[in-house]
Parts: sequence; C-alpha cells; structure tokens
Amino acid sequence: MVPSAFDFHRAGSVDEAIELLGRLPDAKLLAGGHSLIPMMKLRLAQPGAVIDIGRIQELSGVCRDGDVVSVGALTRHGEIAASEELRASCPLLAEAAGKIGDPAVRNRGTLGGNIAHADPASDLPAVLIAVGAVVHLAGPEGRRQVAARDFFVDLLTTALDPAEVITRVDFPVAAPGTGQAYLKHEHPASGYAVVGAAASVTLSGGRCTAASLAFNGISAVPHAADEVVSGLVGGTLDDASLASVSSLLSVRDPLGDVHASGEYRVELARVYGRRALASARDRASG
Amino acid sequence: MTRNRVIGTSVKRREDPDLITGRGRYTDDLTRPGMLHLAIVRSPYAHAVVGRIDATRALEVPGVVAVYTAADLEASGIPGVVPTAWLLPDLKTPPHPLLAKDRVRYVGDGVALVVADSRYSARDGADLVEVDYEPLQGVSNPRKATEAGAPQLFDEAPGNIAFDWELGDAEATDRAFEGAATVAKVALRNNRLIPHAVEPRAALAEWDRSAGSVTIHMTSQNPHVHRLLMSLASLGLPEHKIRIVAPEVGGGFGSKIHHYPDEALAAWCAMQLDRPVKWTATRSETNMTDAHGRDHVTEAEIALDEDGRIVGLRANTWAAMGAYLSTFAPAVPTYLHGTLLSGQYAIPAIHVHVFGVFTSTTPVDAYRGAGRPEATYIVERLLDRAADETGLDAAEIRRRNFVPPDAFPFQTQVALAYDSGNYAPALDRALEMAGYDDLLAEQSRRRADGDGPLLGVGLSSYIEACGIAPSQVVGSLGAQAGLWESAKIRVHPTGSVTVYTGSSAHGQGHETTFSQIVAEKLGLDVDQVDVVHGDTREVQFGMGTYGSRSAAVGGSAIVTGLDKVIAKGRRIAAHMLEAATEDVVFEDGAFQVKGVPDRAKAWGEVVLAAYLAHDLPEEMEPGLEATSFYNPSNFTYPFGTHVAVVEIDRETGVVRLVRYVAVDDVGNVINPMIVDGQIHGGIAQGVGQALWEEAVYDDDGQLLTGTMLDYALPRAHNLPSYELDRTVTPCPHNPLGVKGVGEAGAIASPAAVVNAVVDALFHLGVRHLDMPLTPEKVWRAMKEGGRS
Repeated sequence: MVPSAFDFHRAGSVDEAIELLGRLPDAKLLAGGHSLIPMMKLRLAQPGAVIDIGRIQELSGVCRDGDVVSVGALTRHGEIAASEELRASCPLLAEAAGKIGDPAVRNRGTLGGNIAHADPASDLPAVLIAVGAVVHLAGPEGRRQVAARDFFVDLLTTALDPAEVITRVDFPVAAPGTGQAYLKHEHPASGYAVVGAAASVTLSGGRCTAASLAFNGISAVPHAADEVVSGLVGGTLDDASLASVSSLLSVRDPLGDVHASGEYRVELARVYGRRALASARDRASG
Repeated sequence: MTRNRVIGTSVKRREDPDLITGRGRYTDDLTRPGMLHLAIVRSPYAHAVVGRIDATRALEVPGVVAVYTAADLEASGIPGVVPTAWLLPDLKTPPHPLLAKDRVRYVGDGVALVVADSRYSARDGADLVEVDYEPLQGVSNPRKATEAGAPQLFDEAPGNIAFDWELGDAEATDRAFEGAATVAKVALRNNRLIPHAVEPRAALAEWDRSAGSVTIHMTSQNPHVHRLLMSLASLGLPEHKIRIVAPEVGGGFGSKIHHYPDEALAAWCAMQLDRPVKWTATRSETNMTDAHGRDHVTEAEIALDEDGRIVGLRANTWAAMGAYLSTFAPAVPTYLHGTLLSGQYAIPAIHVHVFGVFTSTTPVDAYRGAGRPEATYIVERLLDRAADETGLDAAEIRRRNFVPPDAFPFQTQVALAYDSGNYAPALDRALEMAGYDDLLAEQSRRRADGDGPLLGVGLSSYIEACGIAPSQVVGSLGAQAGLWESAKIRVHPTGSVTVYTGSSAHGQGHETTFSQIVAEKLGLDVDQVDVVHGDTREVQFGMGTYGSRSAAVGGSAIVTGLDKVIAKGRRIAAHMLEAATEDVVFEDGAFQVKGVPDRAKAWGEVVLAAYLAHDLPEEMEPGLEATSFYNPSNFTYPFGTHVAVVEIDRETGVVRLVRYVAVDDVGNVINPMIVDGQIHGGIAQGVGQALWEEAVYDDDGQLLTGTMLDYALPRAHNLPSYELDRTVTPCPHNPLGVKGVGEAGAIASPAAVVNAVVDALFHLGVRHLDMPLTPEKVWRAMKEGGRS
C-alpha cells in the first residue's frame, strides 16, 4: 500500500477523538480500516490526518438493557456474528454480520466503520432499518440520537457531522414470536451485496402482527420496502400472499454495474425479499 | 532387488516448506543499499495525443531524484523498444517504445518515469507530473475496430489490421458445406481475461559501472528470453553484460513470459543514476499492463452428413492484439489456435481465417492455454450445436467423429500431425464417473415437474498441442526463437547431482519433478539432487516455462543429459571391471557386467573414479558433467473429456457448478499430486472464465474492471470438489513419454461449463450464451428463450 502522506494520531477517548476531529483539517477516523484503508490505497481518499480510535475500550461490546441491546461502534463483525446475546435478541444483525466478507474482514471490520462509510452494497445498513435501530453520536455540541432511516442520507453520505463520532447503535430486542432473515446475492468480485434482503416478521396466533423489509445494494441508500410489507399485518403470510406483495417493490433509480443492471437488481430484490420474508416467517413459527 | 520407482510417486513438493512459512524470497523482498524506487506515470486515456509534460511540481517532492520522459530515453541512444518475437507474413509491426512519445494507445501506456528514494515519494511525484493530453476516440472491440470509420491506431496498419491469416483449404471446405445434410453455427465472443498472478510484476536493477553490466532480478518465466530481448531491442547492452535472475516467482500463467517496458525502464534508470532501482507494480497497475488473454470475436460453423459425421468446419475470428504487439501475440490466435480446430475429430475439410486487430486496450498475449482454449471452445460449442441440429446425443456425436485409435499418427487439415491418442476411453470413463444417463433422466424429471433448480450437463472433449515446440517447425512459422530446452547435469565427486535447467519455474514444482527424474535414472534419493534455474549467469541457456513444455522438453533435456553422464560412467566402469563397455549396464544405481551381478561398481565408486582420474580410460577427460540441448521432434497432444454439471436457479439465473468430472490423458505421470494440482488450478481458471471473469472495456477503451472489486476471480467456495481420473497414452517421441499438464484444465473447462448451462436452458429455446455466464445474462435468456 502506497497512500499519500498523512499524520497519524491515536485517540484515547471519545472526547479526545472529537477534539482531534475538530482541530485537524481533512481528518478521518480509523476503526477496523476495512473501508478507509482500501480507499487510501487507491488514493481515492487522501486524508491529511488519520485518527485511530481502535483502542477506545468504551466503544466496544454488546450490552442488553431491558428491551434494547446496545452494540458499541467498535464491535467487530465477527464478535457480532458470534454473540449469543445478539443471536437471541437481534438475530438479523448477527446473521448479516456473519455474511460480511471473509473471516479476516470480520475480525477487523467494525459496526461503526461500516455504517459511517455508508456503502450502499454493505450488509448492515438494511438491517438497521429493518429492525428500527437508533444510532448514537457524540460531537462537540454533545450527544444525539438518529433513527437508522434518517442516518443514511445518500451514496457514501450519512447524517454524521464532520466532528462527530458514532458511539453505539441500539437495537430493539425482537418481540416474542419474531423471526428474522438476511439473504444476500453476493457480488462475484467484491463479495458485497448486489442485493441484500433483511426481513423481520412477528406472528401471534398464526397472524402477522409486524413485518419489515429493507434492502441493501439496490439503491444509493438502503431501501425500506414499506410498500411491500404494509399489507401483511393481519394476514397469515402464506406463500401466495408473500409472492403477491413482493411484486409491489418499487425502487427509484436502482443502482447498476457491469455485473448487474438496475432492472435485474430489482428483480433479484423481489425474489430475495420474498424468500427472506418466507424464511423469517418459518423461523417465527418454528 | 529392484529399488522402488521414484517417477510416478507423489513426492511432496520440496519447494513448499519455504514458500508456506514465509521464507520464499521474491523480487520485491530484495533491497539494496542506496536503492531508489521507480513509479511510472501512465495514461488515463485509451487514446490521446501527448502534448507537453511538466515535471516541475514532481521534482519539488522531497525525495524525488529524477523525472524522465521518452525524450530522455531517445537522447540516451538506446534501441528503446519492446518487440514482438513472432513474425507472421505481412505482419504490421509499428514500434512499441518503452515510453509513449507522441501518442498513448491504451489506459496504462507509460508516459513518464519518476525515481525517488522511497516508494511513497515516487508515487507522490508521479501524481504531480502534469501531462497535456488531447483525447482521441478509442476502440475496444476487435471487430468494430476493423469497420469503416473506426479510430485508427497506427498509420502503418490501415483498418487496425495487424495481420490477415488463413489456414486450411477454403475451396474444399466450401464444397463440404454445399453438400452437407446439416449445418450448425455459432457466433461467439471469447471473453478477455486478466491473468492475476498472486505476485505482481517487479524488477530490481543494479548497474555495475566498472563492468558495464546490469543485473536485473525480475519476475520472469524465461530469464534468457528476457535477456535476449533486453539486449537486442530495449537496452542495447551486449547480452553477456546483462544478467537476469528470477528468484521465487509467484505465478505467471503466461503474463511473465512477455517482455514489457517496465523492467527495462528500471534497468535504464539504474544505468542513468548509477544506483539500484526497484519497480514493483501495484495490483491496479498489474491489471492495466500485464498482457491480457483471449478477446476473440468468432463466427464458426460445422457441416455434417446424414450420419452425423463431420464433413467440414470453418471459423472466422477477429482477435484483439491490444495497443501493441506483445512478445508472442501474433502466434496465439494463429498457430496456437487455428491449428487446433480439428479437435479430437477426423474432419476432412477445415478453413480458418483470423484477423489480428489493434484495439486501444492493454496488449493481449499468451495466457494459460493461449489459443487452445479458444479453439476448444469453438470446436466443442460447435459439437453441441451439431448435436442440437441433428438430434444426436452430445456424447454420441463426439464418439462418432473421434479420430480412431488406429489412425495415428493422424494428419489434420490444419497443419498438425497428432502423434498418438485414444479418445473414446477417456470419454467413456468420464461419462461413467458422472453417471451421465442418470443425470439426463434427472434433468428430464425436473423439467417436467417444474421442481428444483434446472440441471445441465456439459461435455468438453479437448485436445491441446503442448511440449512447445519443435524449433524447425516454429521457425518456419515465424518464431524468432528456437523452442528447445537445455540441461546441464553436474555430478559431484561424492555422487550427488546438481541439475541446471533452462526451464525456469514459477510455482510448478520443477525442483521436485526434475529431482524425481534424476533420482529415478541414477538410483539416487531425491534429496541428493539439487535443481538450479532462473539465473542467466548460472544456467547455460533456456527458453523457459510456458506451453506445458517443462516436463516434455525441459525434462527430456535432463534425460538426454543423464544419458550422456551414464554413458561416460559405463566406460569408466568397464575400464574398472576390465570388461567391454557394451557389456556394462547401469541398473539400480550400479554399473555391472551384464548377467554377472557380482561384477559391479556402485555409482559412487565410478563417480569418484571420474574425479580422481588416477586410472581412467585412455584420452578420457576427468570429471562427470554433461550439457544437453533437447529439441522435440513434434508437439505433444494431451487430451481428455471433462463433464460439468450445473444447477440454475429458475428465478434468479444463478448458476451453481455442482459437479466437475475430468478424465485427462497427459501421458506418463511423474508426480501424480503435482499433476492433479495443475488440473485443479486449470479447471478453476477455466470455470472462472465461463462464469465470472471478464475484462470489461467501454467502447472507447476505458477499463471498467481494473480492480479486484470489479474483476471476479473464482473463489474456493464457488467450486465443487473435482472428480478426477486419467487414461495413459504415452507420448511416443520423447524419452519420458510425457505430454504436459499445465494448461489442460483451463483449455477444457470453459466449453464444458458453457455447454452445461446451455443444456440446462435448451428446453427454453436457448442455443448459445456468451461467457461469462453471469446470473443476469442467464436470467434474461430464461425470460427471452430462443429470442436471446
């Protein structure tokens, strides 16, 4: 790797990271290094300073408090995928994290770094939206919370202010009778999601009481497919009804590249959305 | 007692303990005191006029020592080009300068050099060299490049045509088609591939001003060939003043055969600055500048009689050469491609017409298989198309047309004479292993039930011409080199042996395989044999490793050298035993009088006697050493049948390769584990071509798949566990009976996979799809069926 020159700082605390971000021009935070470093290698990113937050203990770990489970921004994908707590309370997150890259990537890459980069083909953003996660930020003006739906603003763009740091993400603990599933059509080269479908359904007495579905990969920001799931509440989620609603998916300006056009991505999303909902339903019933 | 045989056993690779524990030393691992780093400023345009180049800001970067352009190279008086080494009749050979001067012709064409005291400064400096480009229109498709109005890359090559080449009897072929009962056609694109050796190209050049010589450590498959071309065309130094060393080389697949500007530029910089200079390609640079493979547009057709016997075949191909003619580029779509269009079949009339076409893209040259995968793909797609049109089963139509075993040697209609072969047993064995009939029954069931993924079965009965190559033949066809190989056998006084081979390995395991040959012939342990390769100062001469030639040509050179050593040993032993030389035989590591086992001298005794020279036959020189230059009398012709089984998701078009059966005949096998490994890797590369890989250029010549985020290589989890077997038909014309195995997998597998996918979609009206068979392409074909 031959990046352009940069200054290196290591922050010992969140406050120090915020202070450095505010003071240093063109500074970037370095967590797991799996988004920033490849960009620096290609010189697509040429930060004047890199602030390593990788050793700030308070930013790491999984902690449940009542019906919310908090995941620190520095928690690695591998830890998330293996966490007994998350596999029970937010299985969608654990499943999606386990499908990111390969073991080496999962052992370095972090939740905060992943969502801060906001790559539309990444695996976690749709999960945050499907379960209604809340992103916690800290900055010079204090701390604030942003709903996942408001966090992803555009391609590689988030609601994060330049001097803010993601501290954690809060995930609601899945209600009893909830099943979740993440299905992914892998990009053959990068392993990122051409389409990633994140589904969560809750059943009570055989009837659907809640359903959500969101997609990675098909649009600049993760697509919350409310148009697909809005009619499912109250129904039994039989195959016919899932097939019927999956065709309602509507995506404006779908992404496309040499491997998959926008038209094909939307078609894939219909299939993967239906399959993810069916799998979530089966898990909820089971 | 006969000792255990060494040839034919899976001796573990002697190379691996170092390589897998990080002790392998590759070019980029080497450093020298005072070493500088070279970065090359490359064109971001596919085609542009180069105007002013301003190095002012680059020279201000701390650590930057020098910036050079084409004008500086010219002023130094060096020849300054990289030539092609294969001249076809009427070949247009516009010069390929080490740096572009007035015009750039592909994305990655070098325009300036920045030398600095660190890799970082060099790269910073390169980013700040300001080049005025006046962009011109480019062209990436080789057929479109020949059309009226296409951008012209060279004045000396009107229509962008580098060569216009034909082989076979056009009139006889026309007649065959006129009288045919059935004609089947296919129009196809053989997708452009990027080699992706695990180690990028690199060079470390050191100039010895006192000696006037340069030493270049570099990633080379053929150091002597590189030395020759560096000397004659690039640097202008006498050959003996250039030493090329290939330390560990991390794969090549052909990409490290060719002579590129970059390594020569590192050497030139070292000579200018009188300091060691290193250049190591970044992965993106590798993808832009390593010669690509394939990139053919082909229209082909096959004619059959009422009995399903092939009466004629013809093919018209537009083969991309890229922006300049690379080292062996003109040979690849001609003599390594057109000559293979008879496949395993007795075809009475064949005609092939190939245009070599300049396009504003990275140069194209030999890549694993080189021409033979393209030929196999045409022939085996046509056989399946012929099966479609005649209603014959895919296996049956192949069997019906195989060259029969009693017809060898078999003269094809496209120049080659197959020395040996027995094709039906390999096909039969492959079908048996695959459970062919059961698979077809399952396919019908799934089609009828609409249940489960679609199933497809594809065959590929391939042939290749390897063991490259008989020098007189290739000389008559335009090669500017002989393609023999050399070996020196140095027997040490204590009986151990060092072999110096011109066959320079880059991952194949030559040190193991060649040691096995020596151990077998001399009755030694493998550990008593050292193999030296990859250094022009140590090795007498050599043509290198490519074209599945190392065992067949390099190994044969070792055998003939060993024969010389044994012959001298017999004379010494006869003298010691007071017997006639012709009565002394060498068996099981000892020289003995024929039929009298107790009148014998051990190998070690005879070797020592040769060095002591106290009592040698009259006029015999002391020592025991022999050099051999082996020139093969023909190519070798490995063959086999591969069977691919695929499943296709009916909704998404995702293709999953669920089984892969390969029955290969590579002649005698020296090390079965290494041979299997070669087959495995080759299959993975061919499956990669069929399903995922493609260097995509836009119409103007911008490379859209320049990184591994975009260019899809096969991964372990995409591939099934292969089911392999072999038949053995020894090569009749070399002493080991070996044929070569390095390319077989990559040659056979693309056709097998594509045939399987088209077979799975046949009932929907699909008759052909171009590689790579991406899910979207398959999905559209399922939607559109025969209309696609």
